[in-house]
Amino acid sequence: MSEDLYYKTATELRRLLENRTISAVELVQSAIARTKATDDKVRAYLDTNEDEAIELARASDERRANGKILGPLDGIPVSIKDLIVEKGKLARCSSRILENFVSPYDATAIVNLRNSGAIPWGRVNMDEFAMGSSTETSYFQKTANPWDLERIPGGSSGGSAACVAAGQTVLSLGSDTGGSIRQPAALCGVVGMKPTYGTVSRYGLIAFASSLDQIGPFSRCVEDSAMLLDAISGYDPLDSTSYSGDIPNCAQAIPEKKGPWKLGIPKEYFPDNLDPEIRTAVEAAVDNYRARGCEIIEVELPHTELAIPVYYIIATAEASSNLSRYDGIRYTHRSEESTDALDIYFKSRGEGFGEEVKRRICLGSFVLSSGYYDAYYLRAQKVRNLIRKDFQNAFKQVDALLTPTSPTPAFKFGERTEDPLTMYLSDIFTINVNLAGFPALSLPCGLTSGNLPIGLQVIGQPLKEDDLFAIAHSYEQANDYWKLRPTL
Amino acid sequence: MSDASNIDIDYVANLARLQLTPEEKQRFAGQLGDILEHFEKLKSIDVSNEEPMAHPFPVFNVLGADEASPTLSPEQALVNAPKQRDQQLVVPKVVDDA
Repeated sequence: MSEDLYYKTATELRRLLENRTISAVELVQSAIARTKATDDKVRAYLDTNEDEAIELARASDERRANGKILGPLDGIPVSIKDLIVEKGKLARCSSRILENFVSPYDATAIVNLRNSGAIPWGRVNMDEFAMGSSTETSYFQKTANPWDLERIPGGSSGGSAACVAAGQTVLSLGSDTGGSIRQPAALCGVVGMKPTYGTVSRYGLIAFASSLDQIGPFSRCVEDSAMLLDAISGYDPLDSTSYSGDIPNCAQAIPEKKGPWKLGIPKEYFPDNLDPEIRTAVEAAVDNYRARGCEIIEVELPHTELAIPVYYIIATAEASSNLSRYDGIRYTHRSEESTDALDIYFKSRGEGFGEEVKRRICLGSFVLSSGYYDAYYLRAQKVRNLIRKDFQNAFKQVDALLTPTSPTPAFKFGERTEDPLTMYLSDIFTINVNLAGFPALSLPCGLTSGNLPIGLQVIGQPLKEDDLFAIAHSYEQANDYWKLRPTL
Repeated sequence: MSDASNIDIDYVANLARLQLTPEEKQRFAGQLGDILEHFEKLKSIDVSNEEPMAHPFPVFNVLGADEASPTLSPEQALVNAPKQRDQQLVVPKVVDDA
């Protein structure tokens, strides 16, 4: 079997499966072999499920032989971020407090994934409870960036981005609360997409900040992410914030929508201190759209800078509430040292949570506490409204916005762990989108002189993912950056 | 907004039912002070006419049909319990002897 199978896209593999050039079993075996050969360096995987994956691949090949495939992703391996639960498997959220937690049920996204014929392949690393931008807060291991093993892969879905970039899987499911899909996708040179809030069910997604969290796809090309989103999205009565109206069929729409589009450039996303190589790459991408007939319009998102305080107030407030369920009583780590009930809470949580999680719980408890609620939490919710209005106003003129995904390329391990505020500030280009509930994706648009990937963020309109994918796909067709691979 | 430096880390950790080491308390107090100072930016704009936004889109109460449906068995529900006996969670005594 061809050795380069592991770097093919789902779109390519689908054809190879269709014309029987390869089988799903061969494909899954190649993912397993590639993972074994590279994961001592990358450390993306927390758990693997070789036997189950091969068994599912065999069933996929059987369906295909009988002319009964379930969809375009039938037989394609997809890794799962450790916070999307799968029945009978560990779901540890990269946290000690959930070290032995085995999920008794499947997340809706997993049910949908299985119904599409795709094959869950392993559980991948993340920042603990998705709190971080570098995957360094994982209790279990630090994942490396496949482009430079001394650097972080981004976060919180760093495992998802790294395993797709390293060829260990074809696709991955991650989650994005403030950029946790798009930023690692940018730093690892792959495609990552956050759908409109409510599009993908959050049932079985271990909650961080419920008004911001969304599950979304990672892939090596735009069309693959569209197919994966199509497979997992849809109304779910088990999620009270699930969107019940029509959502577009994204993969089908890509070839039908050819532009030209009106594209907005928010000047707030090109500050003076932006990394010069990132500025050059993103401006070149904008020029590329212009050269293909798109109208480029400068727009304003005046409240952009306020997103950092708004996000870190709202996200930590919601997190402090969501994480109160880890009490050491019902299903999580219970401290051996504890004497009475209250003591169980304090000690189990103190032992079970890592430093960044504790810091955010403290911050969230503070902004919600008596005497501070109005000044912080309520005010942040009001400014959040202004941030959404910024986007709504900008989209009166344009079909999408083009921005850098991250203000810097991948940084070295330990570079920002001592200073949480600096880490928080690096989320400035991604968090606004979550606060507003809009969809956005990141795709590769170049490399730095140090051979590190640069991501272009395309922000679309709510429930118009079809346009968003088509706009991103048109760039991908006109450029070869997405074909670049790290040397491992 | 109040003075950012007056975050009482003991009070907050107690609210959160979170045991912190003395080193963590000291480190967090400084770091959270810096973070709250950054939050002062929010004071810069007038929000007196703005509605608070709790969700990206209007969210209304969603009610399920009042019908019995399959659910987890006691064994499944307790599979992750740190201590259990007779299909129940074991916890320390929470009431005093009479």
